[in-house]
Amino acid sequence: MSVAAAPAAPLLSAGSARLSLWREATRRFRRHRLAMIGFALLLVMVAAVLLGPFVYRVPINEIDFKAKLKGPSRAHPLGTDDLGQDLLARMLYGGRISLAVGVVAMLISITIGTGVGALAGQLGGVTDHTLMRLTDLFLSLPQLPLLLLIVYLFRDALKKTLGPEAGVFVLIVAVIGGLRWMPVARLVRAQFLSLREKEFVEAARGLGAAPLRQVMRHILPNAVGPVIVAGSLDVAVAIIAESSLSFLGLGFPPDIPTWGRILFDAKDNLDFAPHWALFPGTAIFLTVLSINYIGDGLRDALDPRKVLGGK
Amino acid sequence: MSRYVVRRLLIAVPVIFGISLVLFTILALAPGDPFEELATNPNVPPEVRMNLRAKFGLDDPLPVRYTRWLTSMLRGDWGFSFVSRVNVDTLIVQRLPTSLFVLGSAQLLGLLIALPIGTYSALRPYSVFDQVTTTFAFIGFSLPTFFTGLVFILVFSLWLDWLPFIYRADISAAGWRWWWEHARQAAMPVAVLGLFQGATLTRFVRSAVLDVVRLDYVNTARAKGLSERATVVKHVVRNALIPVVTLVALQIPGIFTGAVITEQIFRIPGIGSLLISSILANDTPVIMAITFVFSCLVVIFNLVADLLYGWLDPRIAYR
Repeated sequence: MSVAAAPAAPLLSAGSARLSLWREATRRFRRHRLAMIGFALLLVMVAAVLLGPFVYRVPINEIDFKAKLKGPSRAHPLGTDDLGQDLLARMLYGGRISLAVGVVAMLISITIGTGVGALAGQLGGVTDHTLMRLTDLFLSLPQLPLLLLIVYLFRDALKKTLGPEAGVFVLIVAVIGGLRWMPVARLVRAQFLSLREKEFVEAARGLGAAPLRQVMRHILPNAVGPVIVAGSLDVAVAIIAESSLSFLGLGFPPDIPTWGRILFDAKDNLDFAPHWALFPGTAIFLTVLSINYIGDGLRDALDPRKVLGGK
Repeated sequence: MSRYVVRRLLIAVPVIFGISLVLFTILALAPGDPFEELATNPNVPPEVRMNLRAKFGLDDPLPVRYTRWLTSMLRGDWGFSFVSRVNVDTLIVQRLPTSLFVLGSAQLLGLLIALPIGTYSALRPYSVFDQVTTTFAFIGFSLPTFFTGLVFILVFSLWLDWLPFIYRADISAAGWRWWWEHARQAAMPVAVLGLFQGATLTRFVRSAVLDVVRLDYVNTARAKGLSERATVVKHVVRNALIPVVTLVALQIPGIFTGAVITEQIFRIPGIGSLLISSILANDTPVIMAITFVFSCLVVIFNLVADLLYGWLDPRIAYR
């Protein structure tokens, strides 16, 4: 028994095992045809909102009353709104913010969720009990009314300190993320409870790994699959939440045309300019649909137990 | 069973208490002052403002203010709307039945769609019917309610001119005519909410039935010669409903999101649209009260789900 070889061998095997695990997951994801289509569609959307404004150089706020409320034409591929502003340019610009809200809010919610779930699962006892009661409490809060209440109470203060654009962004992202972490916390806690008792964690404990190392190196990497799945679906939920807020006129101000905000402006002109509402609505729908399909594919790829149990 | 009911009721109390604590914390942390308007009004001398603050106890320590706020909320003294000059509770009592009617019908529609379709597609997994419904369910719950609402208005009100797109609480007609008008105006909002719920629930029902249908007792039921109908209804669906009820209970807070939005789109005079108009008018007492009412509704519906749970699965009630 050589002492020097012992730590090297598991590291090596762990490395190659992880590699093939991810390769296996990628293979399973690729087999999910609709998830691949969703992934391609989402890539196109992201590329469009990131690169689009550089290629399609029409200003988002050029007012032209001669061309107001026009349907799609060669000059304005998606038509114009009531001020004659080009809708394609506005949607490309607003889409950036809609998508950014989704991603950042997701990151916040999985960070809080993983933290709470890990603490509860690792420490157990009173901490676990308190944190889980807190999770239950948050789960029974009515999401949108609370979101509206917080935005209403804090909007002006944050606008003053961070400026109108950044202030509203920070507020919306923080509140959406802060109200969506509970499912992730439950998932992570459940993972911790089962992983904590597994042999490989016991082995790490036996080798004298400190609790922090056990968590970071052995438990968390194995708990990450369901978190990724939940996170991908959270992006869709956050995009819908932001669009709902903006659609109610309580999200971003009119000069930041997120898709929900364009819908809010369009909804009173449905009878003579339906295109104004249909394009941003379709954009939200397609984004959410592709993200949901990607989440479905990720679930098949990363959560093999679910697949076996479900089919 | 009655012990189970009492225990559930007792659990609901700390939840309401916790929710009230969260709401009050948000209100207390919020910048701004309810007497801000008075401060900028030159006709109100500072001493009067100070006296008012002292009278309403705004300078008291937080725990004192919280206890006072909670006791007055529990006593039904919800304050006074700044805008409409009416007591908040009368305002909410006026609006609540409409909201509950629309929400309840939508939930019923969702269940009526989801139960048969979800069960049928799980009994024939991967058939054409199953694949079509799964796809539709996926599309259905990816379509945000604000967009479906607008599309429905566009198609059924503006293009086809079948249904009115403004909901009126005061319909002058009587008798059958009154029912007909009500059904016509409720059709679109109920359909928008109900189809969304139906899509979500179909997925739940399908996966729950799939889990149950492979179990041995289902084979036993078939083997002992029960008709397919009795097997499915009494043995499969009843047991599959247990996880579905849990998932529905978890969905409840989300249902109110759709409710607020549909009320706003179709101008339904319910508490959701009251919430939005109060926010636009800075009517803080009404906003706080409505958020509190929504929270209480969540707790009440969770309670109903718990009781259903006890009825579906008697083991839970006798644990």
